[in-house]
Amino acid sequence: MPTGQCLVIGIGNADRGDDAVGRVVARKLSTRRIPGVRVLEQGGEAAGLLDGLSGAQAAYLIDAARSGRLPGTISRFDAAAMELPRIAFGCSTHGLGLAEAIELARALGQLPHRCVVYAIEGRAYDIGAPLSPEVATAAEAVARMIADEMRGFVRDEGAG
Amino acid sequence: MARRTIKVDALARVEGEGALHVTVRDGAVERAELRFYEPPRFFEALLRGRAYTEAPDIAARICGICPVAYQMSAVHAMEDALGVSIPQPLRDLRRLLYCAEWIESHALHIYMLHAPDFLGFEGAIDMARAHPGVVARGLALKKTGNDLMALLGGREVHPINVRVGGFYKVPRRRDLAAIAEGLKRARDVALETVKWVAGFDFPECERDYQLVALCPAAEYPFNEGRIVSSRGLDIAARDYDEHFEEEHVAHSTALHAHIRGRGAYLVGPLARYALNFDKLSPLARATARDIGLDRVCRNPYRSIMVRAIEVLYACDEALRLIESYAEPDAPCVALSPRAGVGHGCTEAPRGMLYHRYQLAADGTIISARIVPPTSQNQASIEEDLTICVGAWLDLPDDALRHRCEQTVRNYDPCISCATHFLRVDMNRV
Repeated sequence: MPTGQCLVIGIGNADRGDDAVGRVVARKLSTRRIPGVRVLEQGGEAAGLLDGLSGAQAAYLIDAARSGRLPGTISRFDAAAMELPRIAFGCSTHGLGLAEAIELARALGQLPHRCVVYAIEGRAYDIGAPLSPEVATAAEAVARMIADEMRGFVRDEGAG
Repeated sequence: MARRTIKVDALARVEGEGALHVTVRDGAVERAELRFYEPPRFFEALLRGRAYTEAPDIAARICGICPVAYQMSAVHAMEDALGVSIPQPLRDLRRLLYCAEWIESHALHIYMLHAPDFLGFEGAIDMARAHPGVVARGLALKKTGNDLMALLGGREVHPINVRVGGFYKVPRRRDLAAIAEGLKRARDVALETVKWVAGFDFPECERDYQLVALCPAAEYPFNEGRIVSSRGLDIAARDYDEHFEEEHVAHSTALHAHIRGRGAYLVGPLARYALNFDKLSPLARATARDIGLDRVCRNPYRSIMVRAIEVLYACDEALRLIESYAEPDAPCVALSPRAGVGHGCTEAPRGMLYHRYQLAADGTIISARIVPPTSQNQASIEEDLTICVGAWLDLPDDALRHRCEQTVRNYDPCISCATHFLRVDMNRV
């Protein structure tokens, strides 16, 4: 991707209930067509995430989380400033997932200057199930929050 | 009585779980148990009642690291049931797709999961902090596999372009020519990788495995060949059930596989390499000799060297296939359903993967049987833990526990990523 771009990566499995929430947020942002913003959906595998992140100036990543909090709880992490806490993010196939991808990118000097992770607490991960109502509400809110953040970033940095 | 327990408890994950429990009593390993949760049992039931055409895409979902293996075993089993064979260009494309998966999967295991064991790092992230160039090299190698997979399969994970009888769409020669440049670079990186891993310190351990792999007449195995063992077994895939059996063991939800009357056996890189050394490309053979790897390697800790040789071979073979590729007249052969039973056996990165399907006259799947490599290797892993680890009982607890985990990781089992992030408890009784 061109350097300087602002990137959104929605992470999850579209067919596993609330694990799809990252992708749902990405799709909502995609329909807003914000200039200078590229939107991707991924399964959460580390090498693919790293590849997606490389070259981006700013990145917003959205994933489901399981930390024992109330379903629909939104957490925002400034991953450029600190390591992600050890909560269980959405279910990557083989263990090397979002938190590991970010730490690998940091170790390799490939982490975007701005890298924000939104985690949305899921309730259920049943095959083929839709989002739980509280998670769907949170998805709408996170899409709005990221759109606001990105508009500010694109304006300030002149990215895109 | 001195009793020592080494326990490795798993993080529960949606895709599966693994745990390790070794009991040491009076200076010997009394019991070594590895417990897996195996998703394929669930998939076998899911496949029943579906159309034969759906099997490759459903089976691919069993694994995010080796979906091609599941697709290839499924399509070959279905084609066996339907009595069709595939023309050379489509056959070559399937080999090429398998090359992509081996490069992806082996590069991930070598660099991200296994190398940290030898270099004294907690995991790939620690290793990346100390050796960013090395980890970047491994990721670049993996990415070449991803790119080839995306080109042939439609996307990098869970490819969607494979169907019974061939493909939905085949690449043009010019598409493949474009990726050949990347593969040439990857082949150079693979050579560096071989030399890098050859410099690791390996624990001394020699195991008398019963090695089992596919053995085609004239090529290193991917999609076909007879099932051959180092102790004289030589059968067609259709006779698998006659010679191999799975049994329930109390400590695991996964089945343990054995050869009837012959016990545990080993599938995967060590077995493939030993039984097919002469079919490697000249470059791969010469490189194996350069690093002092014999034609047969029975030290499980050196499997990383054999995996690296297989990555080199996969790059080399992919370039050969691209060079000789002739665009097929059609992406797929015509099929008509019929009642029957079909068997397919192919070489997943972790070892032989067997599928058997029974079809109704309209092509509906009546029954499905899938035997993944990790299930086949489970008994061998436990034997390794008993025999190899038994020789290192003078190590302190931490070192011994690490050696146990490393022993499991030699196999690149589908729980290997989880084992790098396991919570580990050690109890002395």
